[in-house]
Amino acid sequence: MNKIPNRQAICELLIERANTDKDIVVLCSDSRGSASMTPYVEAHPDQFVEVGIAEQSLVSVAAGLARCGKKAFAASPACFLSTRSMEQAKVDVAYSNTNVTLIGISGGVSYGALGMTHHSAQDIATMASIPNMRVYIPSDRHQTRCLVDALLQDEKPAYIRVGRNPVEDVYEEGQVPFVMDQATVLSEGEDIAIVACGEMVKPAQEAVAALKEKGISATLLDMYCVKPIDQDAVIRAAERAKAVITIEEHTYIGGLGSMVAQIVSANCPKKVVNLALPDAPVITGVSKQVFDYYGLNAEGIVKTAEKLLAE
Amino acid sequence: MENLNKLRFELRQDVLDMIYRAKTGHIGGDFSVMDILVTLYYRQLNVAPDRTQDPDRDRFVLSKGHSVEALYAVLCSKGFFPKSDLLTYSQYMSKYIGHPNNKISGIEMNSGSLGHGLSVSVGMALAGRMDQRSYRVYVVMGDGELAEGSVWEGAMAAGHYKLDNLCAVVDRNRLQISGCTEDVMAHDSQDERWASFGWHVLHAEGNNLDSLNNAFETAKTLKGKPTVIIADTTKGYGVSFIENQAGWHHRVPTEEEYQKATEELKKRGEANE
Repeated sequence: MNKIPNRQAICELLIERANTDKDIVVLCSDSRGSASMTPYVEAHPDQFVEVGIAEQSLVSVAAGLARCGKKAFAASPACFLSTRSMEQAKVDVAYSNTNVTLIGISGGVSYGALGMTHHSAQDIATMASIPNMRVYIPSDRHQTRCLVDALLQDEKPAYIRVGRNPVEDVYEEGQVPFVMDQATVLSEGEDIAIVACGEMVKPAQEAVAALKEKGISATLLDMYCVKPIDQDAVIRAAERAKAVITIEEHTYIGGLGSMVAQIVSANCPKKVVNLALPDAPVITGVSKQVFDYYGLNAEGIVKTAEKLLAE
Repeated sequence: MENLNKLRFELRQDVLDMIYRAKTGHIGGDFSVMDILVTLYYRQLNVAPDRTQDPDRDRFVLSKGHSVEALYAVLCSKGFFPKSDLLTYSQYMSKYIGHPNNKISGIEMNSGSLGHGLSVSVGMALAGRMDQRSYRVYVVMGDGELAEGSVWEGAMAAGHYKLDNLCAVVDRNRLQISGCTEDVMAHDSQDERWASFGWHVLHAEGNNLDSLNNAFETAKTLKGKPTVIIADTTKGYGVSFIENQAGWHHRVPTEEEYQKATEELKKRGEANE
């Protein structure tokens, strides 16, 4: 089992890249430990800014740095970054078009029993609804690395959400089929199309294997690029399938499922079922317990697929 | 030296024209802040229309973005865009909207939502220090704006990092949309508040170009801390019936008021005020 969380993968990459790129600046809001950024701070103290527990200032300061030529990476818990500083993300980053990457750490329900204050089950909805803000939720550490490297190549605003805990690898090191802003097709099939992002990609992969044993073939898209969503990939997958299932660590309102449903209904109408978190504070538990309770696992996908195909 | 006294009233006339034509705008704050902008753009800022991306240019952020008509008038007078552009202010499809946006030559950052500019300026000042550039960063806030908590996040960071390349200005006209600032939400003592966050505090007569310029010159000599200039201004300065009236925060003049204001601006521009 992999022991490296995606946040650590970001830190390791930024340490490497900052060796030669002096314009990289990381900012934290008393979140360097939570963001696994302590090694970066030690390696590049002159390319680091601490703002204290002040997420609004975190984002505005990042935007000011970016306006003066810096490549700013602001790392803070996704729950605060996507709501407390949403307006700074909207005005100073997206609207002002500054080269800021917002890194939402411990996203979704990673913080488990800490409760709704610490959950970011709404960050796709908040961030994706801002014009000129891109939203990425990578599935594993290898894809995370490819994503951050790609973001270093452009100068546009982005929000990335990563979880707190290590997640099993979806891809093999050095062999990530990554194309920026294109969904990764993990399997192709005729019966069901599954669209997943982030930590839900691995259980979706397991579901595909389980479905195969039952004689059901499924397409699986790793939609790490939630916005701009890969519309063509969704249409291609939905057209050949009988129904579509989406799965995400996010409320069913305004997330990946909503976006996929909009695309499918407008282009190739099929039944779309969203597996997602409820419009309510989630139960107390660690991530896996929460996922299992709400059916956000391989079993939930398999059951949903069987039900859809039986209709 | 140019006749800046005449100019500052002519620029107010440009603002009056814009607002009268578009039937929208924030005339009280525009007239209040105009002399701060004239001092900055005509006597302080190292900026020019032909080098808007020069890494060594000074940076300016209008955090009280609703005074954008004053900024448009000043930028236009400095040649950042032609005067005909002012005719499009707030018109259908115009980029000259009611708050600053950086699609317009000379404008660094989009603003309009209060309480953002100071922290953005902290980032700009930190970048200057990291790159060992000698540019200075200026930000103008309204006094009502100081009720935004995010202002004090920025103030804290500027004090913490001892950003002596950063100079903030508070347009202290003591009025906001609902009335007197001290009735809406008390802001005195400004001196104690900023000083306790690690800032040098200076005062200037905010509608006196020499007083403002002296304060900016002094700020440049103060090291080890950021400086805030509390500019004691008169809201609506330049037209007596607009001055010190909260109701003129964003009122649009009638034709009669427009004519009257035009006459007074002309008279005061010619007088050596």
